[in-house]
Amino acid sequence: QRCLSLIKSTKFLNAYITVAEETALKQAEESEKRYKRGQPLGVLDGIPIAVKDNFNTAGIETTCASNMLKGYISPYNATVVQKLLDQGAVLLGKTNLDEFAMGSGSTDGVFGPVRNPWSYSRQYKEKSVPKSHSEDKDSNWVITGGSSGGSAAAVSSFTCFAALGSDTGGSTRNPAAHCGVVGLKPTYGLISRHGLIPLVNSMDVPGILTRCVDDAAVVLGSLAGHDPKDSTTIQDNFKPFELSDLTDVSKLSIGIPKEYHAPGLSSEILALWSKAADLFKNAGAKVIEVSLPHTRYSIVCYHVLCTAEVASNMARFDGLEYGHRSDMNKSTESMYAATRREGFNDVVRGRILSGNYFLLKQNYENYFIKAQKVRRLIANDFVKVFGSGVDILLTPTTLSDAIPYMEFIKEDNRTRSAQDDILTQAANMAGLPAINVPTALSERGLPVGLQFIGRSFQEKQLLTVAKWFEKQVKFPMIQLDEHNGNLKQISKP
Amino acid sequence: PYKVVGLEIHAQISSNSKLFSGSQVQFAAPPNSLVSFFDASLPGTLPVLNRRCVEAAVMTGLALNCSINKKSLFDRKHYFYADLPAGYQITQQRVPIAVNGSLSYSLCIDNKMSQMVTKTVRIKQIQLEQDSGKSLHDDVRSQTLVDLNRAGVGLMEVVMEPDMCCGEEAAAAVRELQLILQTLGSSQAVMAEGQLRVDANVSVHHPGEPYGVRTEVKNINSIRFLAKAVDYEIERQIEELESGGTILNETRAFDSKLGCTVPMRDKEGKQDYRFMPEPNLPPLILYNARSLPANMNHQQVVNIDWIHERLPDLPSVKRAKLVEQYGILPEHSFTLLNEAGLTEFFEDVIKQTQMKPKKVIGWILNDLLSYLKQHSLTVKESPVSSFLLADLLNRLEKKEISSTAAKQVFAELWKGEGKTPLEIVKEKKLQLIQDQEDLERICQAVMAIKSGNRKVLNKLIGLVQRETQGRSNPVLVKQLLEKKLSE
Repeated sequence: QRCLSLIKSTKFLNAYITVAEETALKQAEESEKRYKRGQPLGVLDGIPIAVKDNFNTAGIETTCASNMLKGYISPYNATVVQKLLDQGAVLLGKTNLDEFAMGSGSTDGVFGPVRNPWSYSRQYKEKSVPKSHSEDKDSNWVITGGSSGGSAAAVSSFTCFAALGSDTGGSTRNPAAHCGVVGLKPTYGLISRHGLIPLVNSMDVPGILTRCVDDAAVVLGSLAGHDPKDSTTIQDNFKPFELSDLTDVSKLSIGIPKEYHAPGLSSEILALWSKAADLFKNAGAKVIEVSLPHTRYSIVCYHVLCTAEVASNMARFDGLEYGHRSDMNKSTESMYAATRREGFNDVVRGRILSGNYFLLKQNYENYFIKAQKVRRLIANDFVKVFGSGVDILLTPTTLSDAIPYMEFIKEDNRTRSAQDDILTQAANMAGLPAINVPTALSERGLPVGLQFIGRSFQEKQLLTVAKWFEKQVKFPMIQLDEHNGNLKQISKP
Repeated sequence: PYKVVGLEIHAQISSNSKLFSGSQVQFAAPPNSLVSFFDASLPGTLPVLNRRCVEAAVMTGLALNCSINKKSLFDRKHYFYADLPAGYQITQQRVPIAVNGSLSYSLCIDNKMSQMVTKTVRIKQIQLEQDSGKSLHDDVRSQTLVDLNRAGVGLMEVVMEPDMCCGEEAAAAVRELQLILQTLGSSQAVMAEGQLRVDANVSVHHPGEPYGVRTEVKNINSIRFLAKAVDYEIERQIEELESGGTILNETRAFDSKLGCTVPMRDKEGKQDYRFMPEPNLPPLILYNARSLPANMNHQQVVNIDWIHERLPDLPSVKRAKLVEQYGILPEHSFTLLNEAGLTEFFEDVIKQTQMKPKKVIGWILNDLLSYLKQHSLTVKESPVSSFLLADLLNRLEKKEISSTAAKQVFAELWKGEGKTPLEIVKEKKLQLIQDQEDLERICQAVMAIKSGNRKVLNKLIGLVQRETQGRSNPVLVKQLLEKKLSE
């Protein structure tokens, strides 16, 4: 109930598209009853969670922040949603995103942009210098990053204890970094995508956003494992694990990929990255510079493969079986065309057009096949490095801290995505697990996170190291003035 | 001119559920009652491969002498159409499940069943793919009605190389394929129910010159129409070229009422299907006994050798066995297999009668089959069971009746009034006079008359009267007998 009222009072953040108040209260009631009987379903029983609005939730609207699916009520739950509900989690609502998860700011959905809760934090306000007196104190707010910005903001502002996002090029880790929360991208094939409305089928994964690494491990434990409904999940048995407290890092080998010193990386973050490397060194770990030479090709490669899959995946939206249908009825074709023009925003339509271009017979070899080959090279870079004895890679997550919305929208979606995905994208290419851990506050009082990339299916090792790091850096809690009373109650871990 | 005919055949897989989803496969169900979330392309749904469909394709590939690809891939073929909810069809364009096979079929020369010649057509490949839904255009109300029951049903596309040269060959090849599929059980292959669809590719050229432009002929609804359509199209192309025209690379529809082909909307030439690998399905890996990993769960894998061992006898083998076992002619074996249930009926009769198979076959093919055809009945619907026919044939064998009488009995049995052959024979007094004493008496009487004994003549007249149940003219009979006796 406190979460629900907090959602209401933080409505200006625009983190939620749909709040499922009635069902949430019912679920909470059931949960309480179970606890009273001494029969909770599991660790997650009664825990309020939020789910990004590109996951199917039966009976609750699923829009993908698009006109195409406004009002769409799915008849089934995504596997990950079902698993959470089976554990007794309380589904508070669906969170905001870039339309169909295309974007890195959570600014391009039909329900408007998501505001980073840190915009309203004491830490940010103290450091920000108003540009002019007549300026609306509200116009300085910063973006959450994207595309899972709503989920990140929801967790960051204490409206829920964990949220599901999705990660195709960094869409969970990027907003996690900007909102100061933990964002985990699991290994491709570990968690079922059944019910996650796809962007790029060969790269998408459900992402986990939580306040601390331990929580991420708990949620991972309840979600991972083979799903017969998703043929790309691995068959191996998954055993949920508890994270031990790492005391001895001397056996650890941390790799610092030099290519991640990307153009545009802020000096602040560079310094933080260096400091983190030293932290490991001083604790006895082996810290070495490594090379992932094909990193710089990953963005173009991603653009070809991503747009091609998008063009294919979006072909089903024709207004015939579900979703928006245009009034145009002169012919089936004209109905299709009008429906898709009305239902999709520019970003989506742009990617569809590009993708179809790359898939044309005369272009397929030069673009799609080429990109697949480059993808293989990128993936091999990681294989080589991990094969040479490195356990974990340490990199920045973003090039800078969150920028103000007014500045962000000066460049178009494509430009921004190309810039912002550079540090997170390659892990999706290679299908590797990666996690953002909030590290410190920037000079402007905004969160900066660092990224750890691990070996395939070695989430346990990855999270163990992340947890150790988390403990070392002691990232500060957000200080939101407006809701002191509520806040103190909810923010207790 | 050389006539070149190739075929693209889509056979619906006989399975309980669809190729990538669990919804049921059933003919003529209420519209949109067999549609799963995946079939309707609801966002977020994923394909899951149906094992039975893979087995059906492997069986068919083996029966057609193909190499089975141990690794095959799935692709998306994109186009927009109301009966294709996802905007793409999942098919196997890059690497299909089976390649490089052959099909042998037989033709009668000059329509004489006694002269059969065997021909072969190469099978280019067999691929697994999804069927589309059905769309019905209602021009009156300016609307299109879409039924997705069929969307997602598994298909095997069998591509036959252009090794055929006329409608008869195409028809015979398809007929044989149909029999094979039905024998395997991989498809029920009934054209009338849309389980077997055939498109023909036709072109003509002069010997020594390169292949001509080909047209694709669709909307062929029976094997008979296939032969007609192919032959018409060949004629049309020859006429067109001989009068100085050209052949367009187009798709034409067969109009069964007019018996000709007409141009369809040209889809093929301009369409770019933007093929892309299906990212939600890993490569399909098949194993044989050698490559099967030891600790693999047998439920999870398809073993080609295991399937091979369990293949039933193919039609060509069945025919050869029938010829060898029963001493019937090869063309008899074709007719037996061509009619559903006829072989079983034949063998059932054999089991229950002493008559030699070589004689039984005549009854099956000349009598039973012609009656069935006359009344448009299937073997299953025959009013004469194998038991009854066997009974009849036994009486014939035992010379209880003449063969003429037997035909009469058969006609009577066909009425299906529940009478046994014995009852009919008695009723119609068709029994041959077998009794030794009776015959001796008649012979003696004849001899006596020959030697002048007039009284025996009356006895003979009496016998004739009895034989004809009193319907013969006694004066005439006396005259005839006298005449005969004096010969």
